[in-house]
Amino acid sequence: MICQECGQEQANVFITKIINGKKIELHLCERCAREKEELEFSFQPQFTLHNLFGGLLHENIRGSRDQIRIAKTQCPSCALTFAQFSQIGRLGCSDCFAAFGDKLQPLLRRIHGSARHTGKVPRRGQGAVLAKRELERLKEELHRAVQKEEFEEAARLRDQIRAMEKDLEQGGNEA
Amino acid sequence: MKQDAFVLSRWMEGTGPEADTVISSRVRIARNIEGIPFPYLASDEQTAAVLAQVSQTAAAQKEAFDDFVYHRMADLSHQAKQVLVEKHLISPFLAKESHNGGVLLRRDEAVSILINEEDHLRIQAILPGLQLEEAWQEANRYDDLLETGINYAFDERYGYLTACPTNVGTGLRASVMLHLPALIMTKQVNRLLGALSQVGLAVRGLYGEGTEIIGNLVQVSNQITLGLTEEEILRNLYGVTRQIIEQEQQARQALLNDSRQRITDRSWRALGLLHYARIMSSQEAMQLLSDVRLGYDLGLIDNIDRKLLNELLVIIRPATLQLLAGKELGAEDRDLERPLQIKKRLNRYVDKTES
Ligand SMILES: [Zn+2]
Ligand SMILES: [Zn+2]
Repeated sequence: MICQECGQEQANVFITKIINGKKIELHLCERCAREKEELEFSFQPQFTLHNLFGGLLHENIRGSRDQIRIAKTQCPSCALTFAQFSQIGRLGCSDCFAAFGDKLQPLLRRIHGSARHTGKVPRRGQGAVLAKRELERLKEELHRAVQKEEFEEAARLRDQIRAMEKDLEQGGNEA
Repeated sequence: MKQDAFVLSRWMEGTGPEADTVISSRVRIARNIEGIPFPYLASDEQTAAVLAQVSQTAAAQKEAFDDFVYHRMADLSHQAKQVLVEKHLISPFLAKESHNGGVLLRRDEAVSILINEEDHLRIQAILPGLQLEEAWQEANRYDDLLETGINYAFDERYGYLTACPTNVGTGLRASVMLHLPALIMTKQVNRLLGALSQVGLAVRGLYGEGTEIIGNLVQVSNQITLGLTEEEILRNLYGVTRQIIEQEQQARQALLNDSRQRITDRSWRALGLLHYARIMSSQEAMQLLSDVRLGYDLGLIDNIDRKLLNELLVIIRPATLQLLAGKELGAEDRDLERPLQIKKRLNRYVDKTES
């Protein structure tokens, strides 16, 4: 078997990875494998993943005029276009997330099964983020209570939500 | 760290829970600074600004960073950088491709803070045995400390923002390095590892010719960083690791019951080869070290210890080997040097068992 990377040497390093339930097999020659640092148990397990994104995103944006427009979407801060992102698999700066907005969501869902952060929050602005999380949780509870026709509980939750929303609004005005 | 001496990293100590199957536990968190493009798009001035912000913050938190040493990648020799890679303290990317790259390394080498890697900051903690929670606590602590002087790029919806979408959210990648000789010998490993993909974990082994995993070492890590809390990610990996350990232990017991003599023979033979061979590739050494380790873990070989086995895992790698030899060596010369360095360290043990 020939090395997938250089296409020249005999492949004698076989690497199997499972990424999101997809089995990926790599056949590399020793030199390419070393270059890829696969032999070193390196930090980045996903050197093919960038290429994987590439394909994935290309699929998404090929075709209609609408999709060509998406490809041209550009981050105002670092000037990276969505098409460039889809090729290199990396965002250019933190503003890219806002610039590419909903176009990123399907990709993130595919990678992570989710597109909403629930983990650690920096101390700066922590209060507001955590309050919003709590608010969302309460709204879900309210929805459930209404469906189950637990109206007393629902009324209690609605009051709590209103109070929190008011607090958040005032907090927002102060800031 | 003296660049011409080899010091053991904390993870090599061979201690910690489940040390007979889990070599090390590692956690790293990715962070970026708001208002500066990610390193690969950043200018020299911008990556220098990252360095400046980190060093200022560390200086302001003097007590906490007192036991850290800072290395600029540009100041280290190729060999010195590769030694850090072989000890799993920095990434190959930081060593080779970073601009204005650097590392803040704690003296015990359990914590390293990589600067201007794929992200502005990668905070890593690596501990011996199954200590995912402890490794997280370590990394998290320095994350909090750095946050006092750094404005992290964070979004309410997407969490900590990273260059690669596979790291976004918690920015947390946790992994365990497992020694699974019995599962691999009894060919149960593929079935088991295949099942891991169902729960969002990635498995990596080192494969040689054919399908044999070299050194019976497998790394398991989380793939999902967004939508789960840090605790959930760690708990998932921990739970699965426990299950793998249990299966490995069962397979070891079965081996012991069925073929105690053969396993004993295999371990002692491996020790003999490590001690007396004159030419040895790193692949061969990895396999032999695995055989000796299994013998030790099953109580078939004594007068050796895990610390030495872990040390040997690292010193057989090219850069560390050259560091110890004190000269540059080509591949063939490395195969000659390797057994010398191994023998030197095994002497006291093997002599003891002979007497
Ligand atoms: Zn090749
Ligand atoms: Zn951008």
